[in-house]
Amino acid sequence: MLNYDLVVIGGGPAGMAAALRAHEKGVKKIIILERADSLGGILEQCIHTGFGLHYFGEELSGPEYAGRFITQVYDTDIDVKVDTMVLDISDDNVVTACNNFDGLLTIKATAVVLAMGCRERPRGALSIAGSRCSGIMTAGTAQKYVNIDGYMPGKTVVILGSGDIGLIMARRMTLEGAKVKAVCELMPYSGGLTRNIVQCLEDFGIPLRLSCTVVKTHGKDRLEGVTVANVDEHLKPIPGTEEYIPCDTLMLSVGLIPENELSKNAGVELDRITNGPSVDEYRQTVKPGVFACGNVLQVHDLVDYVTEESQIAGEGAARYIEGERADGEKVYTEGTNGVRYIVPQRINKNTDKDVKLYFRVGQVFRNVKLTVKCGDEVILSRPKKKMTPGEMENVLIKTDVIKRLPADSKITVSVEEA
Amino acid sequence: MKYGVAVIGGGVVGALICRALSKYDISVALLEKANDVAMGATKANSAIVHGGFDAKTGTLKAKLNVRGTELMPEVCKQLNVPYRNNGSMVLAFSDSEAQTVKQLYQRGVDNGVPKLEIIDAERVHELEPYVSDEVKCALLSNTAGIVCPYELTIAATENAVTNGADFLRNCEVKAIRQENGAYILETTLGEIEAAFVINAAGNHSDEVSAMVGDDSVKLVSRRGDYYLLDKSFGYLADHTLFQCPNEMGKGALVTPTVDGNLLIGPSAVDQDDKDCTDTEAEGLDFVISKAFKSVPAVNLRGAITSFAGIRSHPTTDDFIIGWSEKSEHFINVAGIESPGLSAAPAIAEYVEKILLGKLECSLKESYTLSRPAPVRFRHMTKSEREALIKKNSAYGRIICRCETITEGEIIDAIKAPAGARDVDGVKRRTRAGMGRCQGGFCGSKVVEILARELGVDKNEITKFGGESKIIYERTK
Repeated sequence: MLNYDLVVIGGGPAGMAAALRAHEKGVKKIIILERADSLGGILEQCIHTGFGLHYFGEELSGPEYAGRFITQVYDTDIDVKVDTMVLDISDDNVVTACNNFDGLLTIKATAVVLAMGCRERPRGALSIAGSRCSGIMTAGTAQKYVNIDGYMPGKTVVILGSGDIGLIMARRMTLEGAKVKAVCELMPYSGGLTRNIVQCLEDFGIPLRLSCTVVKTHGKDRLEGVTVANVDEHLKPIPGTEEYIPCDTLMLSVGLIPENELSKNAGVELDRITNGPSVDEYRQTVKPGVFACGNVLQVHDLVDYVTEESQIAGEGAARYIEGERADGEKVYTEGTNGVRYIVPQRINKNTDKDVKLYFRVGQVFRNVKLTVKCGDEVILSRPKKKMTPGEMENVLIKTDVIKRLPADSKITVSVEEA
Repeated sequence: MKYGVAVIGGGVVGALICRALSKYDISVALLEKANDVAMGATKANSAIVHGGFDAKTGTLKAKLNVRGTELMPEVCKQLNVPYRNNGSMVLAFSDSEAQTVKQLYQRGVDNGVPKLEIIDAERVHELEPYVSDEVKCALLSNTAGIVCPYELTIAATENAVTNGADFLRNCEVKAIRQENGAYILETTLGEIEAAFVINAAGNHSDEVSAMVGDDSVKLVSRRGDYYLLDKSFGYLADHTLFQCPNEMGKGALVTPTVDGNLLIGPSAVDQDDKDCTDTEAEGLDFVISKAFKSVPAVNLRGAITSFAGIRSHPTTDDFIIGWSEKSEHFINVAGIESPGLSAAPAIAEYVEKILLGKLECSLKESYTLSRPAPVRFRHMTKSEREALIKKNSAYGRIICRCETITEGEIIDAIKAPAGARDVDGVKRRTRAGMGRCQGGFCGSKVVEILARELGVDKNEITKFGGESKIIYERTK
């Protein structure tokens, strides 16, 4: 069995940032285990720009953003194993992994950072009626075919869901010569970033159909078309609004699900809304020494925030390895009235840092007030011109505020009328 | 190509017949129009081994069901196919349904079904805590089970091929003529001569029968929609939970699968198109509403896929198995709707017997009835895994992360006798792509491995043969 202070599961932006920060904080023996054949995670197939505006103050492509971290990782003595899949994390933080050069690996870790990322919701989860022919794929899978493998997955495309990957792929397929006939979105608003709607759809004249969904797929072997229909306020298709759109490809961008099979098996408690682990301000899960960051914790809109969050987790892991324990009094967080969830879910009262609460809202809000309260006490309240489910929001809670709140009290964040 | 026996149709019935015949010193071919076996009714059904109390006493359905259910555990053991004797219940939710349960019990006894009992609501809940509180009583069938129908078919075909049978994929029979006492099958692979023909062409067995002038096979295509739920919902049912039958079938069921998922369905809708397995929203809604009735905790949040299957309902309401009255060396095995899967081992035994009434042959000197167990990394212990990877490092590379399927297992599936040629073929043999992400991550890797092992370009790999291409030309 190998021994490491820190085992980082996943070598995407989250895992790399966590490992690097832990390294900076003096952790000696660190290993990153990555299941793909290189570090970088999903950024490797995101060849569009738009990454790094917050963190680096410049606009980078996905591989460039990842590249900066990959270089840093390889400049340190952090060990990296790619093509290596973690199979299990035991109760006492023994990580079992396998690959085709070491065989089965067992690693005893003082601390573990979970950074496995997320996966796309597949077609099956949507229950679209119709044919199970080829040509129906998630936008991310299509992106891999185009950007990594160099093959066109289709020529005439309908995209269901206006998540960011769907929007990016609408542009990408258009640039590669395909015809993107429509992007259909079930909700009355897009789940993607505004800048992506402008730059990926509007600039290319691709129609975005809101309150519209695919009700049936047609085709014997390969997809031949889809029937789309408008939906009512209960998101049910409205009879009589069906329209047949011929296409050979249906791409799905209908949500991302944190990949927490490993976490669950390891006994890490998950948040019902985020589908990610429930964590404290250093991103420590309920399992001592196990931290989580990046899209395995909550689905982010921007990788810049993933980096920030993962640095926090990396620092938390370093403190844990040095012997610091988060076993003191806590306060808890809760999103209410339009705020779907909050990360972190709990804060150690003795924390020595201001804590940023990250969250998303459940619908589009305009000209409202964002209010943070504990009991009847308003901690802060600020006007917001616009908030959308597609964009992650945050508020900063000062250390002195946290310190004076009663133990086990609850900090709520809510949307209120301005 | 010239054969002693041509079996038309690579479903579970055709494959098990082919396996049964592969023991003899005759040349046998299994002709399948699709790119793989198990592509019709076999791949989309309830995957149930029925007790045998449903069919009318005295029918072939009744006899072959009871016998098939008896044979199934041994066949699955020989072929190393997952089978579980989980038992089934027919749930009664009203006094009149309780009467139906009594009638079914009596019919089961008449059919010779062993180990049937009627249990009260309390006992139902002891065995199945998630069944609705509305339940009054149930018929418990202790011999019922669950099996993976496509694995059974794949394994039977592999076994037959190992014994010397030929598997001819993409071989659709277009016409049959007789010359010099033999049948000439005009197929998409050219002409194939056979002394005997066994028609196990599923939904198309009426057309195949008509090719020899026998139009006695009359079928109705009946579609059933299903939902498959994630393994995290598998705990909701241990037994297969039926509702009381009506004239369109056995009602919707809720059942675990051998892989630990939860399957709910089917609907029952007659349709003209024999091949259209498109799901319909109404059918899916029907399934979920019926499933709620049995197990209220069923939740579509757990749905990982939905699908539909077509069963061919014979207008006689019984299996049509026997020598054609119009063609001397031609056996029809048609109208194999439920309980066809349960009956399949018995159908093979029965067909073998009637064929041997006319065809003289003897057992081969050497043959096997077993198929070696495929490597299943996910079921192995740590030390087994260690040894396996040491032997072949391809077993150390996980391709499907949801189901923990290794590259080695995928290569095995491609190289096996009658091996996988497309992505769905790999999926059915290994489970790669069958998990929560439904191939989102591993799909393109499977395409890559298939292309490499088959020596073709990636864009020639299909989802399930034909025009089901996954990718087109290279990007610019």
